[in-house]
Parts: sequence; C-alpha cells; structure tokens
Amino acid sequence: MWKNITRPFEDQTSLEFFSKKSDCSLFMFGSHNKKRPNNLVIGRMYDYHVLDMIELGIENFVSLKDIKNSKCPEGTKPMLIFAGDDFDVTEDYRRLKSLLIDFFRGPTVSNIRLAGLEYVLHFTALNGKIYFRSYKLLLKKSGCRTPRIELEEMGPSLDLVLRRTHLASDDLYKLSMKMPKALKPKKKKNISHDTFGTTYGRIHMQKQDLSKLQTRKMKGLKKRPAERITEDQEKKSKRIKKN
Amino acid sequence: MEGQSVEELLAKAEQGEAEKLQRITVLKELELEFDLGNLLASDRNPPTGLRCAGPTPEAELRALARDNTQLLINQLWQLPTERVEEAIVARLPEPTTRLPREKPLPRPRPLTRWQQFARLKGIRSKKKTNLVWDEVSGQWRRRWGYQRARDDTKEWLIEVPGNADPLEDQFAKRIQAKKERVAKNELNRLRNLARAHKMQLPSGAGLHPTGHQSKEELGRAMQVAKVSTASVGRFQERLPKEKAPRGSGKKRKFQPLFGDFAAEKKNQLELLRIMNSKKPQLDVTRATNKQMREEDQEEAAKRRKMSQKGKRKGGRQGLGGKRKGGPPSQGGKRKGGLGGKMNTGPPGFGGKRKGGQRPGGKRRK
Repeated sequence: MWKNITRPFEDQTSLEFFSKKSDCSLFMFGSHNKKRPNNLVIGRMYDYHVLDMIELGIENFVSLKDIKNSKCPEGTKPMLIFAGDDFDVTEDYRRLKSLLIDFFRGPTVSNIRLAGLEYVLHFTALNGKIYFRSYKLLLKKSGCRTPRIELEEMGPSLDLVLRRTHLASDDLYKLSMKMPKALKPKKKKNISHDTFGTTYGRIHMQKQDLSKLQTRKMKGLKKRPAERITEDQEKKSKRIKKN
Repeated sequence: MEGQSVEELLAKAEQGEAEKLQRITVLKELELEFDLGNLLASDRNPPTGLRCAGPTPEAELRALARDNTQLLINQLWQLPTERVEEAIVARLPEPTTRLPREKPLPRPRPLTRWQQFARLKGIRSKKKTNLVWDEVSGQWRRRWGYQRARDDTKEWLIEVPGNADPLEDQFAKRIQAKKERVAKNELNRLRNLARAHKMQLPSGAGLHPTGHQSKEELGRAMQVAKVSTASVGRFQERLPKEKAPRGSGKKRKFQPLFGDFAAEKKNQLELLRIMNSKKPQLDVTRATNKQMREEDQEEAAKRRKMSQKGKRKGGRQGLGGKRKGGPPSQGGKRKGGLGGKMNTGPPGFGGKRKGGQRPGGKRRK
C-alpha cells in the first residue's frame, strides 16, 4: 500500500499543500475502505485553508458509459436545480447546497446562447438521501416562443448519503463571505420604497415665486383692461399710505 | 347568428391559447426561487410524490426534473436577448447567491510618495478634459498619449537657443529628455510597488558600463552577472585560478556597546531566567529543520551507496525508484505551520530528540 495516506478529516495539511501548489480551492477526494465504503469528500478552501468539507457516501452509481446515448459537449455551463425542502432546513444541507453550487456552476458569464443550454444537474433531497441526476435537454416545439422541455438521462447519476461534515466556524465563514466595497450594490439617494412596493422619490427645488408661475391660461379669467386700471390705482394708493 | 359565431370564434381562440400555454405551464404549490446568473433554481416543495415511489424513483425523479427545468427555461426565455453572430444570446443578470470567496480581500495599498505629499499639502486633483484643441493640426487631440496635442518631440522646426552649442542636435536632445523622463517615471513606479510589497528594489549601482568604473564596482557587476542565471549561479564555472567570493553573505549587525540600558537589563535577566529554568527551551522550528536536514543527508548517503552497489552488481534496480517517500518539499510548508502553531504551546518537548510532532504520523521509512 502507499505510505502517504491522506485522511482529510484527520489531517488537512496535505490537502492545503496541494491546494497551495496548484492554486486550486475546490477539491474532491475519493476513497474506499471497509469502514467507509465508496466515500467521497468534497470541500473548498479559503486562503488555502480548509473552509468546508463534506463527506458523502455513494450508494448507487451509474456511469456515463453505462447509459448509451450522445452526451453534451464538455464544458457546457450546467443548469442546477435543487428540489426538496431539506436543503433549507438544516445548516448541513444549506452548506452542502452552497458547496455543490460552487462546485458545479462553472465560470460566470454575462451572456448565454439559448440554444446551447443542454445540461441539467438535478439534486433531490429525500429521506436522508440526495439523488444526483444529470439530464440532457431536448427543446421541443410548443405553440409559443418558449419551448417545451423533454429530458433524457445522460450522465452519471449518484445516490448520496451525508456522512461526516467539517464546516467552518461562523466567523471564518463570515470572513470568507465579506465582499469588497466596490462590489456592494450602490444605494441610490432620494429613493425610498414603501411596504406595498411603491417607490417614492424626492426632488429638491429652489425657492419659486408662485405668483410668477407659468400656468395654463384660461381666457375667461383674463383680466379686462378696465379691471387692470382699477388695480393699478389701488396699488398706488397703498404705496402712498405706506410712505 | 353572427353574434354567436363571433363568440364561438373568441372562445376557440382562447382555448387555443390555453392549449399552447398548457404545454409549457407547470403547476407548483410554492414558487421556485431563481438565480438566473448561476442558472440555478431551488424548489422548496416537499417531494411528496417521490416518497411513495419506492426504492427506485427514477421515473418520478425524471418527471420532477422535467417540471423544474421547464420552469427554469420559462424564466430564461423571458430575459432580454441580442443577436451575436447568428446566434440568439440572452443577457444574464448578476448571480445573486452569495458564495464564499476563494482568497481573502486584498489589503489596502500604502500611499505612494506623491499621494502622501498631496495629502500633507492638501492638494486635490482638478478634473481635466481628455481632449484639447490643437491649433497646429486644427483638431481636437488628446491631452496625453498617442498623437497628443503638444508633443515637443514631433516639432519640425526648433530654434537654437542663444547660449547653446550650434553643433548640438536639438531634436536628439528633446528625444533624450523624454527617454529620461520615462525611465524616471518607471523607476518611481517600481519603487512605489516595492514599498507596497515591502520588498527591496535590486539596486543598479555600478551595473551600467560607463568606462570609469572602480575595481569594486566591476567586481560587483561580475557577481551580479554570475547570479543572474536560471539556477541562480549554482552551475557557473569559475576561471582556473579564481577564488570563491567571500563576504557575499548578509552582514551581521551588532548593537553598540552601551546604549539602551533598559534593553540590556531585559536581555540579561531573560538569559538568567532561561539558565535557571529546569525545563529546556526548545525552538521547534530550528529543531525540525535540523532533523529534516539530517534525514535528507542520511537518505542521500544511502542512495549513493545503493547506486554504487548497483553499479558493482550490474544494474540492480534497487530501491532508488521508490525512495521518493513523501513530498520532500512538504517540509517547507510544515516548517511554517508548526512554527506558527507551536510557539504558544508548552515548551516542554525536551528529551524527544525528534523535536516537534509530525502531523499525521508521516514517517519516511
């Protein structure tokens, strides 16, 4: 046997060494022994130290070769679907979901070719097991623009059982989630939102002389020449009185 | 009668629409949560249908997957699309799921010399326009950069100033001045970088051949040239009578004989304390380094012996191939880790000659 057995849950130094040398922060470690048959450990690193590690046992495995059909090209960005309410109940499952998203999501892109969406990874949490299935997408005609989906099972499928976990402490996790200031969404000033969803905006105006406002001219309310003369006379008399 | 037929037509049209939409609508108790930036959908509905399925719920899983995928595709098809080289491409929004970072946040860089000065004096930069009107060419040109407005190296006529040498090439002078400015800028940039990373810039004193260099400068230039190879000078041959350079290591610094009385008192008391203490003080880092060096030497000696024996006995494979053991450079990583962890631990490892524990019990046999 080999002299350098790595046990991820006992000793993380060799994992951290490999991560540092290869500058990788996601890892997957498979092993098989009598006590833990068909063991898979997936984990991620923060700053070359182990952040989260989750051990999964594989119960049913169907490989790519066992299912004989055409596959999708390597490197397609998969669509990820998580089904089952278990994924939000326990902290373990929530971290597992976050870890699986991190692992399988692929590079972040800003545009995606709609016809190129071919690969779907579906995770179902049921009765303490996680069913991982990969399907190939077939777009069928429906009456309208959005196509109807038909799925064809393509890729590896695994039935996973959650074994041990080594999750990061809360403050380490918080530290790793910190976003730099530049990426935080900028708050717009003078805009507020109601609980009902109405958006309010504030505009700041300079002082206005309301008597000189340009309003709609109603012909009936226009001052007649006779009235204007009487007004002027009144103003003159007022001025004399003041003085 | 006509009214009836109109109603019938409307009803038929509605039915037709509903049928069309039926193909893509999926009924769910709880709406799914979408993160289109990651092509992600989360279904919170409890999988009741699957629970009664039995040991191999493949068909039910596939049906559930189909429904969920249909909903996700419906959402994706709502996104604004563009046409990029004969393909229809949807513009994805930013991913909303927050995932932990891979590396820690970059530390704020220290201010450069100019920024420090500006902060001290209270100088603020004025906003300047990028384009300036250039009279000569009669168009708007950049303020700096390629084809800028007032580029003095590009002038075709330069008056010779009164006090200048009539045989001097004024054009070359301007080009030379520009080169010097560029070099100075580059030097300052590197200096700022070195200050930010707390590194030392390799000083280039004496490395530029001027023809009037002293013996020491020439010697230094030769040293630097020797070390500037890929193997950092390890395999450079020396001339037949050339001696190995001595004194090229770090210079030791000594404290002045009497100066800081408090520090001297502290050092002496610390020394007495160490001498008095019953438990030996062990510097774990040094001990592990020493141990590893000894082991390396033993292994090297063994390997040499085996190779000699092998040559003598006519090419026996020996254990030379398997001798790798653990990754030898792991020692480098372990050093730091141990040193960092163990400094606060109990210093009572004494007696154990192996010095410090090896993580994971990895022993090279």
